Amino acid sequence: MSAYTAVLTQSTDEWQLPDKGKVGMICLIVAEAAIFIIFVLAYIFYLGKSLSGPTPAEVLKLPVLGTVCLLSSSLTVHFAVAALERNEAPLSSLWLALTVLLGGIFLADTAVEWHELIYEHGLTIRTNLFGTTFYSLVGLHASHVIVGLGMLSLVLLFAVAGKLNSSHAHRLHVLSYYWHFVDAVWVVVFIVVYVLGR
Amino acid sequence: MQTAGAMTFDSPPSHPKLWLDAVNEWFTTVDHKRIGMLYIGYALVFLLIAGLEAAVMRIQLAVPNNHFVSPQVFNRMFTMHGTTMVFFVGMPILFGFGNYLVPLMIGARDMAFPRLNAFSFWISAFGGLLLYFSFIGGYGLYGAGTAPDVGWFAYAPLTAKLFSPGHSTDYWILAVFLSGIGSVGTALNIVTTIVCMRCKGMTMARMPLLPWLYLVTSAMVFIAIGPLTAAQMMLGIDRFLGAHFFDVQAGGSAVLWMHFFWIFGHPEVYILVLPAFAFANEIIPVFSRKPIFGYSAMVGATVLIGFISLGVWAHHMFTVGLGPAGNTFFTLATMIISVPTGIKIFNWLATLWGGKIRFATPMIFSIAFLFQFLIAGLTGIMLSAAPFDWQLGNSYFVVAHFHFVLVGAILYMIFAAFYYWFPKMSGRMLSETLGKWHFWLFTIGFHLTFDFMHVPGLMGMPRRIYTYEADRGWAVWNMIESIGMIFQAAAILIFVWNVVRSYRHGEEAGPDPWDAWTLEWSTASPPPHYNFAEEPVVHSRRPLWDLKHPQAPDSDYE
Amino acid sequence: MTVMQMHEPWWRRAMQWVTDLFSTPTSIFSPQATPAHTIFSLSMLVLAITLAIFLAVAGMLLYAIIRFRHRAGDSNADPTQVYGSNQIEVLWTVIPILILVVLFLSTARVISVTEQARKPANALDVVVIGHQYWWEYRYPALGVVTANELHLPASDPKAPTPTYMTMSSADVDHSFWVPNLAGKMDLIPNKINVMWIDPHKPGLYLGQCAQYCGTAHAKMLIRVYVDSPADFAKWIAHQKMAAENDPAAAEGKLAFEHTACVNCHTVTGTSAKGKFGPDLTHLASRDTIASGTIKNTPQNLRQWIDDPDSMKPGSLMPKMNLSSLELDAITAYLASLH
Repeated sequence: MSAYTAVLTQSTDEWQLPDKGKVGMICLIVAEAAIFIIFVLAYIFYLGKSLSGPTPAEVLKLPVLGTVCLLSSSLTVHFAVAALERNEAPLSSLWLALTVLLGGIFLADTAVEWHELIYEHGLTIRTNLFGTTFYSLVGLHASHVIVGLGMLSLVLLFAVAGKLNSSHAHRLHVLSYYWHFVDAVWVVVFIVVYVLGR
Repeated sequence: MQTAGAMTFDSPPSHPKLWLDAVNEWFTTVDHKRIGMLYIGYALVFLLIAGLEAAVMRIQLAVPNNHFVSPQVFNRMFTMHGTTMVFFVGMPILFGFGNYLVPLMIGARDMAFPRLNAFSFWISAFGGLLLYFSFIGGYGLYGAGTAPDVGWFAYAPLTAKLFSPGHSTDYWILAVFLSGIGSVGTALNIVTTIVCMRCKGMTMARMPLLPWLYLVTSAMVFIAIGPLTAAQMMLGIDRFLGAHFFDVQAGGSAVLWMHFFWIFGHPEVYILVLPAFAFANEIIPVFSRKPIFGYSAMVGATVLIGFISLGVWAHHMFTVGLGPAGNTFFTLATMIISVPTGIKIFNWLATLWGGKIRFATPMIFSIAFLFQFLIAGLTGIMLSAAPFDWQLGNSYFVVAHFHFVLVGAILYMIFAAFYYWFPKMSGRMLSETLGKWHFWLFTIGFHLTFDFMHVPGLMGMPRRIYTYEADRGWAVWNMIESIGMIFQAAAILIFVWNVVRSYRHGEEAGPDPWDAWTLEWSTASPPPHYNFAEEPVVHSRRPLWDLKHPQAPDSDYE
Repeated sequence: MTVMQMHEPWWRRAMQWVTDLFSTPTSIFSPQATPAHTIFSLSMLVLAITLAIFLAVAGMLLYAIIRFRHRAGDSNADPTQVYGSNQIEVLWTVIPILILVVLFLSTARVISVTEQARKPANALDVVVIGHQYWWEYRYPALGVVTANELHLPASDPKAPTPTYMTMSSADVDHSFWVPNLAGKMDLIPNKINVMWIDPHKPGLYLGQCAQYCGTAHAKMLIRVYVDSPADFAKWIAHQKMAAENDPAAAEGKLAFEHTACVNCHTVTGTSAKGKFGPDLTHLASRDTIASGTIKNTPQNLRQWIDDPDSMKPGSLMPKMNLSSLELDAITAYLASLH
């Protein structure tokens, strides 16, 4: 039975409602998605409207390494959750560590990209409309990656200290929703900024 | 312990406390009832302050070419009045009632995330304090300091550093940003609580309409607050990092700000009005002595309103040059939203029809709400016709329209909610006599000010002007409006006195003073901190009706 | 009171008082041009429909609260519990939809007729640029630049000569609203909006800025002079001339050209070529200064130049800190610029 019918037709004996953590996280994701959509819309709106300065086609390169790492990290965090649900804490720790590493590589890749854009191409947030919308959108996403990595590292810390077991799997699952969201946003950003926009 | 039939009540234990302990309890509480009351109290304080700002404006506008305040001060007054009323009165008070009532009405013991609840309150509260701190900077309070003066919707590029130097706009950005975080937190809590914590037997179809409307409201918060937050981040990045989101010199667009703001702004007014509808859905049936007519239609209409409201925003931009296609589309969408809204009014009418109406104070406010919301909706339909809006937009006609909604509908239902649920929150009744004085004085004042306000709009008076020429023929109308303000001020003072006095000396209420039907009336007044001694089990939409009428329970008819 | 008035019956005087209450030069209900006429007709339809709805629904509400009130002596038993009716819900969904169809179609027609009107060949083109807190008017085809007082030719319905206004802003958002002539249109920086006015009756029409634009927003007034075609031609011919060079005002002209005035203002035929403030070439031909807020007399002009903020708080024209003699001379010069 889907959660919806479960809510409507259950008798009072088996009264099962959806999980708080998941519902709450979905709400947060919707709210954050609304913010990102506006930044994406601004980016699209201002494509080609810069009065001067570097254009996307001139300076942007496909961030292949970062993208592959970030998207793979969704897989690894999924395995981390599955492992913890089976109470295999050490395996879960391994997958978590891999997730954090992959996320870290993504951030490093972004940092290298930005360094090049700023120092070699002279593109900053105040250079032109492209600079403004690019750094804001990618930066907003990166800040969400940082928060996610922070949370995942915290869990990793607990895992390494041997404090994690299957009773915490639910919380890790909820956190993984956030991480999947961050990755989904990256897919959109990647397509809009690096594929369609160039 | 008191017992009544099949219900049992627990009174909370009483013990003497140091006042410092009491303050500490309030500061650290995570109880949804306490947090709800904090929101409500906070909002009431800001209602008085924003009301003062309105009074200053009405005094300045009472006669043409007046010199009561300078234009700089006046412009800060209307900006602060609007910003305060929307973000630090409207949102908190409606979330306050939601916080208090939703868990009780669905038979839960608290919200899903009590600590997030407290955090949401305190961060919103901080936003409000930050906004008002702006008065103290710069020239100081008399010169209205560095309070924002860009209007509550802060159009670009007036908000650019070039045209608004100093920090006044920055206060606006930060304060509203923080309030947005609080709103999202509370909305998240409300949705999760409703979806995940209903008591046994309470399917979604058996949930009272108040939680239903708060559910839709909260869903709208997720979708609508994001655009505002994003726009403010963009404005902040423009002002602080030299970016160009709204920098017309660099090719930026002033119209983009308007789109982003109104994509938030229009759903926002529905976010403000749906809780008022929620109160009406609970109060009108109880005082008509009949269930709400057309429960499913009401739910459906609410969901429809929620959806459609996301697609009408540019009716605030009819004069901006959207082009005929844009103007036609938004006219159509705005007109369409009047259908589910009308359905609601008709269902309330049908609830009254055939009832045995008792005119207690909550009910007289609700009846005035029905008439006034009808008028507000009709002036809204007038404004939805884009060419008509080309004349009336940005004039006092619009100001009259939205005050009919915000004051005539929303504030009236907030008053009704106060008189109805204050007994539950405090254990004491508010004085009916003072309530009637409050109602009549306020209604006289409200109509003096806002009925006649339509006229200067039709006579060409734009909004946000600190004074006007004597030869325009607007003077008499403005004077009448200003006189109305005096009545409203007097009424509010009576209301505040009623609340303060009744908190300690009001008549004792008992658990169910109104003979109502939803779960909050099954527990003591005020409820113990765990709400219910035993988790309720329900079999229909009106569990207390079923208990009081075992021979004809609702579950037989639903 | 005149003898006539003293003998007027009280009710006629009362009616006059009521009519005066509604008398205003800026009413949306006294259209003197298209599209104000078109909007007025639509507004009458909208008002009629909403009034009918109001009377019907408010009537029923009133009836309900009177007829179904609990009277003293009534039993306390609850009335019949009615839960709803699908047929009624359908009824009061369909009827409003039908009303809205009528309303929407009428509205869509007016939008189209106004915004998609074909521009006649002899339409006059005016460029309107909004500034904090004044209006710049340019007639590109006629080579005229002026400020704050807009002159338009009256249009003959048989051979229309509407004025097409191309509008933008030099700084923040503004809005051009002259209710007797047309609906309002916003002036937005980095955006071009076009609106047209087809006035039929010569006369002076008033309005003001309708989008909050800063401190002195309330004092950004509009004066539109609709002239007969002959008068308009005369006005144009006069405005095209270079600035008057009255020898009596030579001292003032010298002072003017050597002060910071020239940084902001233009007077054609002199070295003053500033663009930030209004064009002053024919300042003395205008009825008002400070965008319609002050009568154009030498006394007012002198005080304005001395301390603009004292007459229009928030004005961006700075205090010029001139000596009394310089003030007199420059005022005399500007007053000579017919």
